[in-house]
Amino acid sequence: MTYQNNPPVVSRLSQSLTTICLAVGIILALIIAGKTTSAAMQFHALILIVTFFAGIVALFNLGGRINEVEHKPSPSGVYYNNTIVKYGVIASCFWGIAGFLVGDILAWELAFPVLNMDMPWTNFGRLRPLHTSAVIFAFGGNVLIATSFYVVQRTCKARLAGEIAPWFVFWGYQLFIVLAATGYLLGITQSKEYAEPEWYVDLWLTIVWVVYLLVFLGTIWRRKEPHIYVANWFYLAFIVTIAMLHLVNNASLPISFVEPKSYTLFAGVQDALTQWWYGHNAVGFFLTAGFLAIMYYFVPKRAERPIYSYRLSIVHFWSLIFLYIWAGPHHLHYTALPDWAQTLGMTFSVMLWMPSWGGMINGLMTLSGAWDKLRTDPVLKMLVVSVAFYGMSTFEGPLMSIKAVNGLSHYTDWTIGHVHSGALGWVAYVSFGALYCLTPWLWGRKGLYSLKLVNIHFWVSTVGILLYICAMWVSGIMQGLMWRAYTDLGFLEYSFVETVAAMQPYYIIRAIGGLLFIVGSLVMVYNLWRTILGHTAGEESPENISKAIAAQALGE
Amino acid sequence: MSDLKKEIDDVSGVDTTGHEWDGIKELNTPMPRWWVYTFIVCCIWAFVYQFFYPSWPLISDYYKGYFAETNRDRLNDELGNVAQQRSVTLDKIRTMDLEDIRRDNALNTFALAGGKAAFGDNCAPCHGTGAAGFTGYPNLNDDDWLWGGTLEDIYTTISYGIRSTHEETRVNDMPAFLKDELLTKAEIEDVVTYAQSLSDRSIKATESGRVLFADNCALCHGEDGKGLREFGAPNLTDAITLYVTDRDSMIDIVSNSRKGVMPTWSGRLDEATIKSLAIYIHSLGGGE
Repeated sequence: MTYQNNPPVVSRLSQSLTTICLAVGIILALIIAGKTTSAAMQFHALILIVTFFAGIVALFNLGGRINEVEHKPSPSGVYYNNTIVKYGVIASCFWGIAGFLVGDILAWELAFPVLNMDMPWTNFGRLRPLHTSAVIFAFGGNVLIATSFYVVQRTCKARLAGEIAPWFVFWGYQLFIVLAATGYLLGITQSKEYAEPEWYVDLWLTIVWVVYLLVFLGTIWRRKEPHIYVANWFYLAFIVTIAMLHLVNNASLPISFVEPKSYTLFAGVQDALTQWWYGHNAVGFFLTAGFLAIMYYFVPKRAERPIYSYRLSIVHFWSLIFLYIWAGPHHLHYTALPDWAQTLGMTFSVMLWMPSWGGMINGLMTLSGAWDKLRTDPVLKMLVVSVAFYGMSTFEGPLMSIKAVNGLSHYTDWTIGHVHSGALGWVAYVSFGALYCLTPWLWGRKGLYSLKLVNIHFWVSTVGILLYICAMWVSGIMQGLMWRAYTDLGFLEYSFVETVAAMQPYYIIRAIGGLLFIVGSLVMVYNLWRTILGHTAGEESPENISKAIAAQALGE
Repeated sequence: MSDLKKEIDDVSGVDTTGHEWDGIKELNTPMPRWWVYTFIVCCIWAFVYQFFYPSWPLISDYYKGYFAETNRDRLNDELGNVAQQRSVTLDKIRTMDLEDIRRDNALNTFALAGGKAAFGDNCAPCHGTGAAGFTGYPNLNDDDWLWGGTLEDIYTTISYGIRSTHEETRVNDMPAFLKDELLTKAEIEDVVTYAQSLSDRSIKATESGRVLFADNCALCHGEDGKGLREFGAPNLTDAITLYVTDRDSMIDIVSNSRKGVMPTWSGRLDEATIKSLAIYIHSLGGGE
């Protein structure tokens, strides 16, 4: 396992092979564009043709950029691939803002339905998957790809495997996002939650994902460290499991190879169970395992403290991986799903509580001896609060999976609130923390443009999150109670319309909360942008932060 | 493992594992006791629960659990209990005459409560939660009825609907006088002026308009314009309209006709619910 640290080279052979593959792709896309009866699919085929063609041009440009330039290794002698991570940081910011914005538009549409302007492209049904895919896959996915490419190189002391492959993963993933998003707006969907794209987009993502796995494994294979760091276990679990979930849940038969429509292989309740096995584990392995990996690198790095407990990380990793995969049926309580599957879904969810909290304990306790840094470092504050939100929502999850509680909470806004305390509080905050760390490191800056702006971002967004989740708790529990309220004579007390009307004030509060969250994110993007440009706001940076950033910026 | 450099962490006094990645070390802290115990308790609870309830799949069957109880059994029990408790009352409502139900205090209370609940889930989307209606959807609180406001009339309307898919649906057809070339544009303006004058004394009608009305409209709307319920034709002499009051819109309706649809509820709601709805709607203020 001793690979030499050689400067990167793009080989002629791999350039030619990739070009052939892209050319084949162009021919296939041309056939589809010519034969399909769907205008939307024709549009997608044209996007593919343009992108593949641009890919061929970029391939030769990349060869020139890598081969004809003299590379400088980091002090430890490793030629890190930083450029791809820089692209990932920028893509994360872009998709993050886009996804949050669509989410808040939806929040206002729910409060005032007239805002959809009676157009098919802007109605709730089409914008909703645009929002969920944009925040989960476009924003979250780019953060995961960018941080995993950074973390795996640093913790393995090895350059990212392959020269073309990582770029294929990055741009291929952006292409997947564009195909998915434009498809939703044009009305292409297979109606599976969080897996809406049709078969051809699924196939494309499969190719990209397999290459991603190979790049990640290849880098681990080249490592100079005897052990694999815990963050990489989590990244690997995320990549492998998402591949499995994606393949099984999207198993379907297209009506033709030139038409977007397909039929799923599963029928009825089997389809529902497969869908929620996928849906819940997308939360478990994309939004939990993947982001725990981010936490395991960036929290100890920023706090400059060792990980609290190695043993806890092993036990909670394996118990989390083993138990999570069973929990999906709790999304189908009191439905046609057989009772035995419901029982398993519920009991495994409760068993999952402590394995989830293992990550929280390891994250929070890593700060012991460094709690004082929270006063001076708002980035660390953001990371720590994200872990706290993680703990809160992973307590709420098992609670809501208990049938008696689920009977009240299911189908109500409580679920929406629960998801967003995890999504905004945990996933987005830990991502923001990572982006704040990465930007000065990657662009070789002494520090962020302004820590004060980070603090403003933190408070504005935190108020936004609290408004959001409190409004949804109240609205959801009220909704659940109204639905089940009976009169003395045994008739329902409230009609459905009355419960809808009762929720409107909370919908407005939620939309305001979302707006604050976006304002905070825009402050972050501005801050990162000024950092990239090399500006400073002239604030005095606390000593520990400047030291940490200086050490990292060297490439270590 | 000879390359491991174990050391003692100054802050916690715990030794490290000796691994180091990019400056990150790990402490050898034991797992928190409370964490381990809570995890074990959760697992024990889970297995106990699985013992009592249907849980593990077998080859062609599944483990039924000690209680051998399913969601469906419980739901059927609960619904069965409710049905049994209500069966006497519901039987009476099903079989008795609407007027008799209304006179029986207990039955009337039950029917009003059931009607209100059914109204909220089935009728409110068009007629509004307070039954005040919207443009094109009649207000059910007033005494201006298109097809009649007795219990029987309301019951018939709910059961069979208006221009619905049911064979016995109530149906009428306001002609499109201009489109079907029954009247000229000038004649329509004239007759609309007359129709407006019926409810608005400030408008002066012409004799020709009166004649046109008598020849074309009176058959359904009546000589006096007060409407005829057997045709579902609205009263034109009051200030209540289903659609609009302004002149241009009235001209449009006479020229091109306009009509809505009320679905049939027979077969979708059971007999007792439809009767309860009739009694509830009758009670809103306009019942005859």
